[in-house]
Amino acid sequence: MTKPEKTLVISPIQRGTVIDHITPGEGLTVINILGITRGTGVTVTVACNVESSRGGRKDLVKIADRELLKEEVDKIALVAPDATISIIRDYRVVDKKTVSVPQEIVGVITCPNPNCITNTKEPVPTRFAAQTRGFRCRYCDTVISLDKDIGNYI
Amino acid sequence: MTVNQRNILSVRDMDREEIDRLLSAAAEFDHGKGTGHELDGKILAVLFFEPSTRTRMSFSSAMMRLGGKILNLGSVEATSIAKGETLSDTIRVVSGYADAIVLRHPKEGAARLASEVASVPVINGGDGAGQHPSQTLLDLYTIRESMPLRNIDIGLQGDLRYGRTVHSLAFALSKYDNIRIHSIAPEGLDFPSSLKADLSELGVELICHDTIEECLPELDVLYVTRLQRERFPDPVAFDNYASTYRITPELLEAAKPNMIVLHPLPRVDEIDPRVDTLPCAKYFDQAHNGVPVRMAMLNEVMKQ
Repeated sequence: MTKPEKTLVISPIQRGTVIDHITPGEGLTVINILGITRGTGVTVTVACNVESSRGGRKDLVKIADRELLKEEVDKIALVAPDATISIIRDYRVVDKKTVSVPQEIVGVITCPNPNCITNTKEPVPTRFAAQTRGFRCRYCDTVISLDKDIGNYI
Repeated sequence: MTVNQRNILSVRDMDREEIDRLLSAAAEFDHGKGTGHELDGKILAVLFFEPSTRTRMSFSSAMMRLGGKILNLGSVEATSIAKGETLSDTIRVVSGYADAIVLRHPKEGAARLASEVASVPVINGGDGAGQHPSQTLLDLYTIRESMPLRNIDIGLQGDLRYGRTVHSLAFALSKYDNIRIHSIAPEGLDFPSSLKADLSELGVELICHDTIEECLPELDVLYVTRLQRERFPDPVAFDNYASTYRITPELLEAAKPNMIVLHPLPRVDEIDPRVDTLPCAKYFDQAHNGVPVRMAMLNEVMKQ
């Protein structure tokens, strides 16, 4: 029996950013974290639960005509620590990098403390410091410990 | 925030050297070594978005004893806040009226936010269940007036889960040598696990007790806090605990002769009034110490 030919699930992009090896189920959260949502005019393709060359499944995000900076993509390390970022020009990968959790995460995590000043109408983004035990709110000191699913707070 | 602006927001931000410097300055004021003119011509804005007696009055008293003047927010209902103005906008505006701001607010983190938008120093006068650094400093000062801040066994009794004063005090004590903290709290009102983890990381020895009798003979300081009826599942449970946790002269017979009893006040039934006249009762001194400690804090952030 011949091996079935591999087919592309989604088409390649000419220019932009590919975020690969996203934890299955977190692709849409990644889009949310990057702030690429309705009204931005950015073309985004999301593939969920595709077969991974590393084995198992993965999500994949392709963003056309936009090259994401490292500090932008580092935010996604919260939910997709194994993700890789490829910058594409003329259908070629010109740069490839991994993600790492930044020291301070701004405007991504919602503080679980309902009495925190960031959960009011004040015009202030949330700020969480990455620490050994988890993520600490700069304002109310609430810690989201590492054993919690951080995706629930995004 | 301007460069080098000095805020006092949380004991978490302060190292031992800073705390000791403030306590020494407080001692100078307490022992009559101030001139009374340190902050002549300065104005302190007192923004209290929650009811307060001791903190508000002692900050005002402290400012006046340093020669400065007070600008009070007044009642929240009569201000722009009632019209829906944000705290950030209020702070920006008040920054132009005063040389420093003391803020009491019901939301945790309010003082830190205020410090980020203010152009003058901000002192946290208590934010929700969060930080209350002036209370912590006056607690430390009161202990230091009786014994050096080292080799101390301190019992913290009452509502340790929601009581912000005990959280801040435990954290501040972690900066000193050989401090053992004995927690004495009913089930469900013990220290939050995150604070226990913090204290453990800082190397503080924390020993949990169900009853005060288990540790009373070892204590150098007994810090009692108010049990709040609404924290208990039912009134019977509250009444049972309240009677168990009452400090009486009879109970204190088992204590060391030099042990001191503190309470952030207001108290309800946790301490029998007969204790008030015993030499160990330091809680009214503690309240009075709020003035020199707050003088030291105000002078620290506004001095030239």
